[in-house]
Amino acid sequence: MIAEIGHYALVLALGLAVIQSVVPMVGARLRDDTLMGVAGPTALAQFAFVAVAFAALTACYVASDFSVANVFENSHSAMPLVYKFTSVWGNHEGSMLLWVLILSLFGALVAWFGGNLPATLKANVLAVQAWIAAAFYLFILMTSNPFLRVPQAPFEGRDLNPILQDLGLAIHPPLLYVGYVGFSISFSFAIAALIEGRIDAAWARWVRPWTLAAWMFLTVGIAMGSYWAYYELGWGGFWFWDPVENASLMPWIAGTALLHSAVVMEKRNALKVWTILLAILTFSLSLVGTFLVRSGVLTSVHTFASDPSRGVFILMILTLFIGGGLALYAWRAPALKQGGLFAPISREGALVFNNLFLTAACATVFTGTLYPLALEALTGEKISVGAPFFNLTFGPLFIPLLLVVPLGPLMPWKRGDLLGVAQRLIGAAGFALVVVAATFAMTGGGPVLAPFGVGLAAFVMAGAVTDLVERSGLMRLPLGTALTRARGLPRSAFGTMIAHFGLGVSLLGIVCASTWGTEQIVAMKAGATVSLRSYDLTFDGMVTRQGSNYRELIAKFTVRQGGEVIGIMEPSKRTFPSRQSSTTEAALLTRGASQLYLSLGDPNDDGSIAIRLYYKPLVLLIWLGAVVMFLGGGLSLSDRRLRIGAPKPAKAGKPTLQPAE
Amino acid sequence: MALVAMTLVMASPSQAVQPDEILSDQALELRARTLSRELRCMVCQNQSIDDSDAPLARDLRLLVRERLKAGDSDAQVLDFLSARYGQFVLLKPHFGWDTALLWFAPVAVLLLGGIALVRLLRHRRRIESPDEQPLSEAEHGRLAGLLREGEISAPTFTERPKSR
Repeated sequence: MIAEIGHYALVLALGLAVIQSVVPMVGARLRDDTLMGVAGPTALAQFAFVAVAFAALTACYVASDFSVANVFENSHSAMPLVYKFTSVWGNHEGSMLLWVLILSLFGALVAWFGGNLPATLKANVLAVQAWIAAAFYLFILMTSNPFLRVPQAPFEGRDLNPILQDLGLAIHPPLLYVGYVGFSISFSFAIAALIEGRIDAAWARWVRPWTLAAWMFLTVGIAMGSYWAYYELGWGGFWFWDPVENASLMPWIAGTALLHSAVVMEKRNALKVWTILLAILTFSLSLVGTFLVRSGVLTSVHTFASDPSRGVFILMILTLFIGGGLALYAWRAPALKQGGLFAPISREGALVFNNLFLTAACATVFTGTLYPLALEALTGEKISVGAPFFNLTFGPLFIPLLLVVPLGPLMPWKRGDLLGVAQRLIGAAGFALVVVAATFAMTGGGPVLAPFGVGLAAFVMAGAVTDLVERSGLMRLPLGTALTRARGLPRSAFGTMIAHFGLGVSLLGIVCASTWGTEQIVAMKAGATVSLRSYDLTFDGMVTRQGSNYRELIAKFTVRQGGEVIGIMEPSKRTFPSRQSSTTEAALLTRGASQLYLSLGDPNDDGSIAIRLYYKPLVLLIWLGAVVMFLGGGLSLSDRRLRIGAPKPAKAGKPTLQPAE
Repeated sequence: MALVAMTLVMASPSQAVQPDEILSDQALELRARTLSRELRCMVCQNQSIDDSDAPLARDLRLLVRERLKAGDSDAQVLDFLSARYGQFVLLKPHFGWDTALLWFAPVAVLLLGGIALVRLLRHRRRIESPDEQPLSEAEHGRLAGLLREGEISAPTFTERPKSR
C-alpha cells in the first residue's frame, strides 16, 4: 500500500509539473496575474507530492518490505538502520527519486522566496523549472520506477553493495545532487531571461545566491566523494580522473566561472550574453554528468544498472534541454543589450581571464572524458585517457588561474593599475618566495616543481589575507579605524577572501600529499615491526569480529614514535556473505593535518600478511580547503544585499548607501 | 566516487603492488612504479596497473619489471606494451592524427577564446568611442548653468555614466 501511495504521488507530481510548465508561461505572455499566480502553489504542491513519494520509498526500506523490487535488490534486514535510509539513493531508481526531490525543492524555494521577483520572470522561471521536472518524472515513471512490486515477496533482500555501506558515501550523493540540481535554477533563470528578452544587473543579483548555494554543495560533495575514495578504495589516492569524477568536476568548473561572471554582471552590467551562456552550459554539464553516470555508457560503482532504454531516454532529455537551450540562446541572445565598458586591466578583466582559463580547463576535462567514447564510436579505435593526460594538460591551465586569484579582488572596477596592485601584493609574493626557499631547504633534492607549487599555494593564501588587510586599511590606518572599516565590509568580501584562502589550502594539500608521500609495501608476521618516517608500527596479530551483516578480519598494529605509543591502527577486511563480496577498510592515524594510512593485502601461506603503509603529509588540507570554500560561500550567501534582493530605486531625499566594493 | 571496479573487488580481494614484485634495484623499481602509473589495467575501469588488484595488472607489473631488467628504456617498455595490447593500454594517449583534437583542445579553446575577447574589446571600444567626444561649446555652457542652479548633484549610484 505504501509503495502504491508513493507511485501515485509521483504521478500527481507529474500532472502538476505539466500544468506548471504551461499555464504560468501563457500568463506571462498575456500579462495575466491569475494565470501567472498558478506557478507558486503548483511548485509547492509538486514538492509536497515528491516528498510523499520519497517518504514512501524510505518507509519501504526501513520496514524491509522486500515485496518492492527495489528494496529487495538493495537492502537486507540485518543492515544497520542508517544504511537502510541511505540505500534509498544507493541505487539507480532511488537516486533518480532523490534527484527530482531536490529539483522540486529548489522549485518550491523559488516560489517561496521569490516574492521580490518581477511577476513575469518568476512565472517563466518556474515554468522552465517544471519542464525539467516533468521530463525527469516521466523518465522515472517510464524507465526507472522504484515502486514496482515483485510477484512473490522474497524472504530476504540481496543487500546493498558493500562498498556503498559507508557513511561518507551515504551523504555524498545528496550533497552532489544539491549542487547539480541547484544549477537548474540558474538555467531556468537564463531561459526565462531569453524568453522575456530582458536582462539586467538585477537578474544577476537574483541568480547569484542560487548559483552560489549550488556551487557550495557541489564543492563539498566532490570533496566528500574524494575523501571516500581515499579511505575506502585502499590505495590512498584522492583523485583519479575517472570519467564519473570528471562528470562532477565539469559542472563545478563551469559553475565557478558562472559565479565570477555573474559578479561582473551584477556590479557592472557587463558580460551579460556570456553569463547567460554559462548558466545554460553549467546545467547542461550537470545533465551530461547525469547521462554519463546513469546511462551505462560508463561502468563504475555509480552506474548501478545499465539499461539501454534509460540511456536513450536520458539522451533525449539531454538533447531537448541542451539543444533547446542553446538554440534559444542563438536566437535571442544577439538582441540583448550589452553594457558596461572596461579596460583589459581591471577587475572585470581579471574575472574575464578567470572565465577564459576555467572554460579551457572545463573543455580539457570534457574532451578528455568524451573523446575516447567518440573515437570508439566513429572509428572503432580504443584509446585511454587517464590521469597522466589530465595532469599534463589540466595542471598548466590552472597555474595562471591561481596566480591571478590574489590580483583580481585587489583590482578596481573599470580600469586598474597593474603596477599598483602588484605593489600591494609585494608582501604576499615575498612571503611566497620565502616559503619556496624554505621548502627547498627542508626537502632537499626532491621534485623541482613541487616547492613552487607550495609557493603558489602560499601566494594564494597570503593574497587573500592581503585583500582583507588592504580593504580595512589595517597597516595604514590606526587599529581602531581599521577594525571599524573591517566591520563595515560587506560579508561577501569576507566570503570571497575565505573561499580564495580555502583554494590555497586545498592546493597546499594536493601538492604536499602527492609529492612527499612515502610508502612501504611489505609482508609482515605477527610481532614484526615496520618503520616509515619517524613512525614504528608493530603488528600485534589478527582478530575476527562479527558485524551486523558482515564478518571482519582485523589486523592490530601499535604505532610508536620515538618509543612512545601514539596510537593503535586496525585495518580490516570485511566479507559480506549476502553478496559474496568483501571490502578493504583502511586504518587512518591523523597527526596534525597529515595521516598515516594502512591497508591490508592478502594473507600468505606462511602466516604473514601483505600491508601497504603510506605517510601522507598534509593530506587533510585537501578536503579542509573545500570546507573552507564552503564556509566562504556561506558567508557570502548571508550578505545583506543577497538577502534583500534587487536594488530598490533610491528614495527621494535619502539616497540608499551601497557598500563600496 | 572514483572508479571502483566492483567486480574486481569481489573477485580478488588482493592488493595492488605486492611485496614480492618489488625489485631490489631501487632506481629500477622507481622507474617501474612511474611506468605502472601510465599503463591501464585493461580489465578495470580506468585504473592504472599500479592501483589495480586484478591478476592481469599483476602480470603487467611483472612484465614491466622484466623488460626494465632486460635493459629497455621507458619508451621501449611503453612501445612494447602498446604493440602487444594496443593503444588502449596507454593512459596518456599517443600523439597522432586521431588524437590531435584531444591534445590541442585546451590550447585551441584558450587561443580562440583569447582572440574572440580581444576582438570584442576592440570592437566595442570603436562603437562606444563617440560617447567619449568632448562636450561642445554649447553643452559646456548648459552644464555650467545647471551646476550653478544646483539642480543636479554628482551622479548617484544608479545613474552612473555608462562610459568613462
